[in-house]
Amino acid sequence: MKEIRNLTALQLAEKIKRREISVAEGVLASLEQINSAESRINSYVTLDEEGALEQAARIQKQIDSGELTGPLAGVPAAIKDNLCTEGMRTTCSSKILANFVPPYTAEAVRNLKKAGAVILGKTNMDEFAMGSTTETSAFGITRNPWNLNHVPGGSSGGSCAAVAAGECFFALGSDTGGSIRQPASFCGVTGLKPTYGTVSRYGLVAYGSSLDQIGPVAKDVSDCAAVLEAIASYDRKDSTSLNREDTDFAAALKDDVRGMKIGIPRDYLGEGLESEVKSAVLTAAQALEKKGAYVEEFDLSLAEYAIPAYYVIACAEASSNLARFDGVKYGYRSKEYEGLHQMYKKSRSEGFGPEVKRRIMLGSFVLSSGYYDAYYLKALRTKALIKQAFDRAFEKYDIILGPAAPTTAPEIGKSLQDPLKMYLGDIYTVSVNLAGLPAMTLPCGLDAKGLPIGLQLIGDCFQEKKILQAAYAYEQTREWKSCPALEEQGTEGFEKERAMKIASEQEAGA
Amino acid sequence: MSKEYEMVIGLEVHVELATKTKIFCGCSTAFGGAPNTHTCPVCTGMPGSLPVLNRQVVEYAMAVGLAAHCSITRHCKFDRKNYFYPDNPQNYQISQLYLPICRNGGVEIETSAGKKTVRIHEIHMEEDAGKLIHDEWGDCSLVDYNRSGVPLIEIVSEPDMRSAEEVIAYLEKLRMMIQYLGASDCKLNEGSMRADVNLSVRELGAKEFGTRTEMKNLNSFKAIARAIENEKNRQIDLLEDGEKVVQETRRWDDLKEYSYAMRSKEDAQDYRYFPEPDLVPLVISQEWVEEVKSRQPEFQEEKMERYKKEYGLPEYDARILTGSKYLADFFEDAVKLCKKPKKVSNWLMGETMRLLKEREMEPDDIHFSPENLARLIDLTEEGSINGTVAKEVFEKIFDEDIDPVSYVEKQGLKTVNDAEELRTTIAQVIQDNPQSVADYRNGKEKAIGFLVGQTMKAMKGKANPGMVNQILKELL
Repeated sequence: MKEIRNLTALQLAEKIKRREISVAEGVLASLEQINSAESRINSYVTLDEEGALEQAARIQKQIDSGELTGPLAGVPAAIKDNLCTEGMRTTCSSKILANFVPPYTAEAVRNLKKAGAVILGKTNMDEFAMGSTTETSAFGITRNPWNLNHVPGGSSGGSCAAVAAGECFFALGSDTGGSIRQPASFCGVTGLKPTYGTVSRYGLVAYGSSLDQIGPVAKDVSDCAAVLEAIASYDRKDSTSLNREDTDFAAALKDDVRGMKIGIPRDYLGEGLESEVKSAVLTAAQALEKKGAYVEEFDLSLAEYAIPAYYVIACAEASSNLARFDGVKYGYRSKEYEGLHQMYKKSRSEGFGPEVKRRIMLGSFVLSSGYYDAYYLKALRTKALIKQAFDRAFEKYDIILGPAAPTTAPEIGKSLQDPLKMYLGDIYTVSVNLAGLPAMTLPCGLDAKGLPIGLQLIGDCFQEKKILQAAYAYEQTREWKSCPALEEQGTEGFEKERAMKIASEQEAGA
Repeated sequence: MSKEYEMVIGLEVHVELATKTKIFCGCSTAFGGAPNTHTCPVCTGMPGSLPVLNRQVVEYAMAVGLAAHCSITRHCKFDRKNYFYPDNPQNYQISQLYLPICRNGGVEIETSAGKKTVRIHEIHMEEDAGKLIHDEWGDCSLVDYNRSGVPLIEIVSEPDMRSAEEVIAYLEKLRMMIQYLGASDCKLNEGSMRADVNLSVRELGAKEFGTRTEMKNLNSFKAIARAIENEKNRQIDLLEDGEKVVQETRRWDDLKEYSYAMRSKEDAQDYRYFPEPDLVPLVISQEWVEEVKSRQPEFQEEKMERYKKEYGLPEYDARILTGSKYLADFFEDAVKLCKKPKKVSNWLMGETMRLLKEREMEPDDIHFSPENLARLIDLTEEGSINGTVAKEVFEKIFDEDIDPVSYVEKQGLKTVNDAEELRTTIAQVIQDNPQSVADYRNGKEKAIGFLVGQTMKAMKGKANPGMVNQILKELL
């Protein structure tokens, strides 16, 4: 089973196609690993073993009959728990949606199902995708498979940890300010945030609607390209969806960067960046240079304004997007209340965690009359200026290269003590969302503590192929141990935590 | 009252658009479905659902704006209006604040004070809310989202009206315009047209506006007129007593004929409007505007002129017939069938109006078909029935929409044009009424009327009156 578990998604699909492995065997390999690792990692909020095996049988038939021939047919996958799945609860890792079972499936998940992926379950995340550590989940924290005392990053921490720990072959995440790229970097996996509008947001529980994009979390660049190709689609149900004809992303996987112009923003190498991260990223740049790319540093400018602009816009939208969770129609309702007003107040006070409340309050504040112009409008103008700065950069460069985060994964319990500092950790990722650009992170080394370092590649709008090509070329130069040595890490103490998590879930009415 | 006051009134009119589907999803807008049957994840505010704009809503909004001489905002946007209420499933309403689709228009109204233009500040598109039903027995409230997402336009006037009469004239003008466009049926009593009245008073000649109140829950033109008079007097009384008018929203109770304060400006919510991120800006091309313009129908004034010219109708008739789109369409359909515009007009202006009044109905409530009226006219024109019978048959048509041809046949109401038969009957009448015959012969012309009547009675009303007269004179 370990041999199966260590295959990439494309390798597994190939072996299934050649009848060397059955779909069910692939699913069982994932389930076995989940069984052994979940008590320590806690990647999943909801696991659907029975459903996965049923899907496996059905997909096997479709493969056998030649109905399903795609590159992901039969591959087990996990879905971030903010993507709606009909009949399977979708919690956003919040108490307020602990018992919510959607009546429909998100478009991106439907596309994956059409491609023949087996859905194993739903992965843990920061509550409503608000956080950078997966510690704000109402379903317990997720641990970094590389070192259980560290966070996996967030908000797609469950998806990234599951892929890193071999608990699935790939996963879907969502990225509003770095929520795929930062945890992918912390967990040593490959994650991609597509150009805004490439993947339909229909069925993605919104955080910051103008910034949210769904994207793949995978073991390598080729898997990432295949998953993106499967989920990208024009969708009439999403007015911001783009009708792209260039979604044959796998075609971009060429080991060739000759003549490619790569810019490294000096702004991304300054204060706050850990030296180990800096040197790993610059080493990766040199590797590309050796392969014939033209690399230079430049001034992107405005980087310091990205974080305030991002938090104003994302929180403003979130304060409105999360208004619907009120105890009236679905989700958590306080047990005792008198009158409508108190029902709202108690349901929301009890249902949301502190980080979500903080962002709702921040967002409500910046939209209030008297503050709208000073904060929200100013943030929108900053957003436009940041886009212009990128436009100028892409007149010169094919790709922008830098770190995904200033540090490797922090220790559990450290980040939430100082939320402002945690927000500043998003410095290299948020401007990409503000500008609607595609970007990916992939591993480029380990620090002295043995924690993965992530390399970020940013492209101009619609230039996913350039990013994939550069990433693929870099990947060929890298000596990479793709899986953390989970076996070497102890299991002590984690059972207790697991029991506490189950108890808290029961309390939440799940 | 020592001082003279004048009212300053502006209106916010909500109109439900007659689209088949909702503004942001494919659910039906049909009225009266079982609760929560015309719903989907979008209009019930399910997590992850997204709005998609209905093109027809934009076309209707544009058509109304063009008819009201507004300029069309070529790059318009939607905004979210945030407030918590259970009839509003997302707890925000998608509306337009910053860039509404139509701006700076006006409509001309005519009242006893003469003609004037009421300027229109803007027209914007938005979604309707669901409906709360309070179960007094079960101590709970239920919500029906069938109306949630039904498209509305809000027409905001400038404070240009000075009397209840002007307000009614403005509303009637809007209603007619919108009905002509087919954009809504505009029924106040059913809520497809709702008017909120912003009213203040000031001393005659004053330049500054007084403090205004906003009046809600006005379900008929009569209620609006009553509420305006009442609110005017309430505000004047306050000022006369040296008190201040409080800026507030008031609710009109038409049964008790008084209003009460709902919320004051201090409790006014901060709606935290911001651009709707789930919808892309709406770009309206010049071609699209032209296309909508080219499809604009003939409005009342043009139609009236045409009726006068083409059909030779008097101004009064033309105005009444075109006063309702429904009546005008009915008129034209009937004319197409029988080719006798004056006759059709006479039936509509005379008997139809009489029966409408008698039955307390509006022209739009007419439920008989133009075909049956046209057939009736044909029957009278070819002399198959006489005027008395025609009126009797028409009442049947008005109430039950019967086919006059088969009805006349079955009931044996056809006019007797057979001279021989008439001659025999009239001879008998002459014989039976010697006194009247003598009167006539002695020069009492009127006596012939009695004899005609007797003949008609004997013929059960079916005789051709012209022939009866002629034969009577002959025999006498």
